[in-house]
Amino acid sequence: MTTTLAPSLPPAASPRTRRRRRVDKKTLGGLVIGVLGLVDIVGFGLEARSGDARLGLTLAGASVHLSPLKLPPGPTAIVAGVITLVLAALWLRAELGKLARRAVIVGSGMLFMLSFLCWASSGKTMSLVGLLQSSVDRSIPIVLGALAGCLCERAGVVNIAIEGQLLFGAFAGAMVASASHSLYLGLVAAALAGALLGLILALFAIRYAVNQIVVGVVLNVLATGLTGYLYDRVLVKYQNTLNSPAVFSRISIPLLSKIPIVGPVLFDSSIFLYLTYVILVAVQIGLFRTRWGLRVRAVGEHPVAAETVGIRVLGIRYANVMLGGLVAGIGGAYLTIGSVGPFGKNVSSGKGFIALAAVIFGRWTPIGAMFGALLFGFADAVQNILSVLGTSIPSDFLLMIPYVATIVVVAGMVGRVRPPKADGQPYVKS
Amino acid sequence: MKLELRGITKRFGSVVANDHIDLTVEPGQIHALLGENGAGKSTLMNILYGLTRPDEGEILIDESPVAFTRPKDAIAAGIGMVHQHFMLVPVFTVAENVVLGDERTRRLGPLGFGLLDRRRAREDVLRVSQRFGLTVDPDALVENLPVGVQQRVEIIKALLRDATLLILDEPTAVLTPGETEDLFAVMRSLKESGHSIVFITHKLNEVQQMADTITVIRQGKVVGSMPPTASDEELAARMVGRAVRLAPEKAAATLGEIVLSVESLTVSDDLGNTAVRGVSFDIKAGEILGIAGVQGNGQTELCEALVGLRPAVDGRFAVRGRDLTGHATREILHAGVGYVPEDRQAEGLVTEFTVAENLALDRYDQPPYSKGLALNLDVMNAAATDQVKQFDIRTESIGSPASSLSGGNQQKVVVARELSRSVGLLIASQPTRGVDVGSIEFVHRRIVEVRNQGSAVLLVSTELDEIAALADRIAVMYEGEIVAMRSADVSREELGLLMAGGGAGAGASASAAGEPASAAAPA
Ligand SMILES: Nc1ncnc2c1ncn2[C@@H]1O[C@H](COP(=O)(O)OP(=O)(O)OP(=O)(O)O)[C@@H](O)[C@H]1O
Ligand SMILES: [Mg+2]
Repeated sequence: MTTTLAPSLPPAASPRTRRRRRVDKKTLGGLVIGVLGLVDIVGFGLEARSGDARLGLTLAGASVHLSPLKLPPGPTAIVAGVITLVLAALWLRAELGKLARRAVIVGSGMLFMLSFLCWASSGKTMSLVGLLQSSVDRSIPIVLGALAGCLCERAGVVNIAIEGQLLFGAFAGAMVASASHSLYLGLVAAALAGALLGLILALFAIRYAVNQIVVGVVLNVLATGLTGYLYDRVLVKYQNTLNSPAVFSRISIPLLSKIPIVGPVLFDSSIFLYLTYVILVAVQIGLFRTRWGLRVRAVGEHPVAAETVGIRVLGIRYANVMLGGLVAGIGGAYLTIGSVGPFGKNVSSGKGFIALAAVIFGRWTPIGAMFGALLFGFADAVQNILSVLGTSIPSDFLLMIPYVATIVVVAGMVGRVRPPKADGQPYVKS
Repeated sequence: MKLELRGITKRFGSVVANDHIDLTVEPGQIHALLGENGAGKSTLMNILYGLTRPDEGEILIDESPVAFTRPKDAIAAGIGMVHQHFMLVPVFTVAENVVLGDERTRRLGPLGFGLLDRRRAREDVLRVSQRFGLTVDPDALVENLPVGVQQRVEIIKALLRDATLLILDEPTAVLTPGETEDLFAVMRSLKESGHSIVFITHKLNEVQQMADTITVIRQGKVVGSMPPTASDEELAARMVGRAVRLAPEKAAATLGEIVLSVESLTVSDDLGNTAVRGVSFDIKAGEILGIAGVQGNGQTELCEALVGLRPAVDGRFAVRGRDLTGHATREILHAGVGYVPEDRQAEGLVTEFTVAENLALDRYDQPPYSKGLALNLDVMNAAATDQVKQFDIRTESIGSPASSLSGGNQQKVVVARELSRSVGLLIASQPTRGVDVGSIEFVHRRIVEVRNQGSAVLLVSTELDEIAALADRIAVMYEGEIVAMRSADVSREELGLLMAGGGAGAGASASAAGEPASAAAPA
C-alpha cells in the first residue's frame, strides 16, 4: 500500500504539527530568560558606573532602623546575570514542573529588576521601602478596577467601562467631599457614581442585549466627555468650593506597622488599602466558597443551565454589574480623595484598561488579578522613582515602562487562558 | 404523581410545534414519546418544565391545575428533566453541578453569609448515586467525564430535588450500548421505587424494551397510543405516516482503486495526549469502511486529522494518491472530500446563519453560487429549496436561522449539504445521531448511493446497527488503535467484545494492533 503514496514526499510529514509548535514555545521562553541574563551582565554589569548603590530599607522616622543595603552595581548585576543564565539553561534542558517554571520566571524577573535598580542608583541612595510602598499604593485603583471586572465577567458581562467608572468615581468623590467637607460622603458618592454607570451598562447589555463591548466603549467616551466638560465649566469656576477636597490621612495599624519593611508597605496606608484588602478577600471567598459565588459562576459559564435549576440569570447579572460599578467607583475615589485631592481631567489615565488586563492576567480570579495589578503598580513606581533619581534614560521611555510591562505580560499569558464561557453573550429568554 | 397535559398548543411564527396535545402519565409508569424530528417532543417537555410558555392548554398534577412560569416551579412540583443538550456547567465538579440552585450552606457569622457546604453536597451525591446505582465521582470535573457519566449527573441532579416525574429527552442518543444498558437498569429501579418517567427516543427497540405506554406525535399532534408489543414496522409507520424500510438494500460492493490511504497516522487530542496511534488502512472506490468503537477511542481525532482540522503528529494520508497531510481543510475539501462532523452544532453549522446559507457553506465561493464577487442568491435559494424538499428538512422557511430547527433537522441540513455535492471520499461521523427512523432510512440510502457511484466512504459510528447496515468492511478502534479489521458478516458479539478491548480470536490487543496493515492490503 505504500506504493500509492508518492515516494518523493519529504520525510517530515508536516511543518505545522502540534508537537513542534510546543517545543518552539519552550525554546522561546528559554531564549527570553537567557536574553534577560545577558542584559544583566552586559547592559548593567559591565556598563555600571562606580559607586555603591544604597537601597534604603526604612523610612524616615521609623522606630526600628535598618541600615541601607550597599551593593556594588557591577558585580551584583554580573552575579544576577550568571544565575539567570543558569536558570535559562535549566529551563531549556530540564522538564520543569508548573511550580518550578513559575519560580524561574519570577526569579529571573526579580534578578533583572535588582541589577537594573542597582545600575540606575549607583552612587546614590534609593529607598527600597519607599518604592514598594508606592507600588502598593499605585496598584489600589487597579486592584479595585480588576475586582469590578471579575465581578462582572464571572457573571457573563464584559465590562470595558471600568475606566469610565474610575473616572466617575474620582469626579464624584472629589466634588462631594469638597462640597460637604466629609470625605466619607465623598467615598459613598464615588461608589454610587460607579454603580450608576454599572446600571446603565446593565440596562443596555442585559435588558436590550446591545453588544457589551460597544456599550462599554460608549460609556467610557461618555465618562471622559462628561467629567471633562463639567470640570471645565463647573469645577474650574468654583475651584474652592467644589474641587478642593481634603485627602484621607494615613492610618497606621498598631504593632503590624512596626514590622520592618513589611509594616510600612502593607499596614501604614489610607483607608483605601484596608478597604481593598476587605473587598479582595470578600470577592475571592464569595466567588469560590459561597452559594452566591457558585450561582454567579454558573450564570457566567452556562446561563441556560443555571436557569433550568431555578436561578434568576438576569437578576444575578444586574446585581453583579452594579456591584462591580460600586467597587470601581471606590477605586476611582482613591485617585482623588485617596491621593492627590482635587479632580483633574482624565485622572484615571488608562488604569481601567490596565485593570482589564489584570483580570485576564489573573485568569478571572481576584487574587490573580491582584498580582497583575501589583505588577503594574510596581512598574509605575519604578518609573516614578527613576525620574526622580535621574538616569540616562529619556523620561518619555520611563513613562512607557508600566504600559510596556502590561503588554508583555498579557501577550505572554493570553491564548492559554479560558474566560467564562458565556462571557459577553447576552441571555435572552425564549 | 399523576400528570395530565390538556390541549397544549405552542406556535413559533407560522410553525405549530404543539397542536392541542393531550397526554396523561400515570404514576410509576415509563411513558415513551415517539415522533419524527421536529414533531414537537422537546417543545412539549420544555413547556412541562416551565422553560417555554404554552400559548394554550393546561397542566394538571394529581387532578389539580398548575401553572409553571419558571423551571423552579416545575422542580417544586416534583418534575425533573434531563435535556437533549445537557445542562451542566463543564468547569464545575459533579457535586457543584448537582447542588447548583439548591445549595446547602454553613452559616458564617451573624450575617447569614452562606459558605457552601461541600461535604454535605458530596454526601448527597453519594447517597443518591448508591441508592440508584448511578456510579460517579462527586469531585470529578464534569468536562472530563464521558457523556454517559454526565448523564448520570443530570439524573442525580433531578433525583436529589425529589423529582417523582423524570423527563429524559433522547437520553440514549449519545450513549454507547453498554451505557444504554446501565441507564435502563437505573430507569427500572426508578420505576420500582414509584417514579414516573417520560422517555423520548428515536430507537424503536428501546421503546419496546422499556415503555409501558407509547404516545406517537406527528407534526405537533398526537396521532395515537400504542402498546409496547407493537412491532418495529407498526411503530415506524405510525410515526412517519408511511411504511419504512428499516435496513437499506445494498448490492455487493464493486471495488475500484484505492481512494484513501492512511499510513501510520498519529494524532494528539486537545490536551496533547496521543489519541490516534499509528493507524493505517485503505478505502477503495465503491466501498464503505465502517469504524466501530466506543466513543472517545480516537475516532473524532482521526476524522478531524483527515480533513485537516487537526495536525498529524506523525504519519501521512493521501486521497487518490495525492498526499494531503498538513494541507488546509479548504484544500482537502476541494480535493473532493465530503465531511459530516460528529458535533453538528459546534462544527457542522453556523447556527445563526439561515438554512439556505448553511446549505451553501462549502460552495458559496464557486460558480454557480458566486457571480464575480457577489453571491448568486437565486441559485443559492433554488438549490436550498430543492435540498430542503429532498431531505425532508422541517423548517419554517429556508430563511430561518439554523438554530430554530429541531436537533434532528439540524443534522439533516449538514447531511444534505455534504451529500449533494459529488465527492470522491465521504467522511461521515455519526451521520444519523438524533435523526428519526424515516430520515435514517433516507440518509442511509443516500450513503449507499454515494458508494454505488464509486466514491469511498469512511463511516464512523458508535451505533452497531448503523455499522452493520452500511459497512462493507469493519474496523474496530480501541484506545487509538485499529485493533481489528473484519468483513461485514462479523457477529455482533465479536464486535462488542472487540470494542470493549477484548481481542476475541486475535488475542491481546497488542498483537491485534499489528494486524490492520496486513489485513487492509488484500481486502
Ligand atoms: N425557538 C424556536 N423558534 C422557532 N421555531 C422553533 C423553536 N424551537 C422549536 N421550533 C420548531 O418547533 C418544531 C418542534 O421542535 P422540537 O425541538 O420540539 O422537535 P423534536 O420533536 O424535539 O425533534 P427532534 O427529535 O429532532 O429533537 C420544529 O419545527 C422546530 O423548528
Ligand atoms: Mg428534541
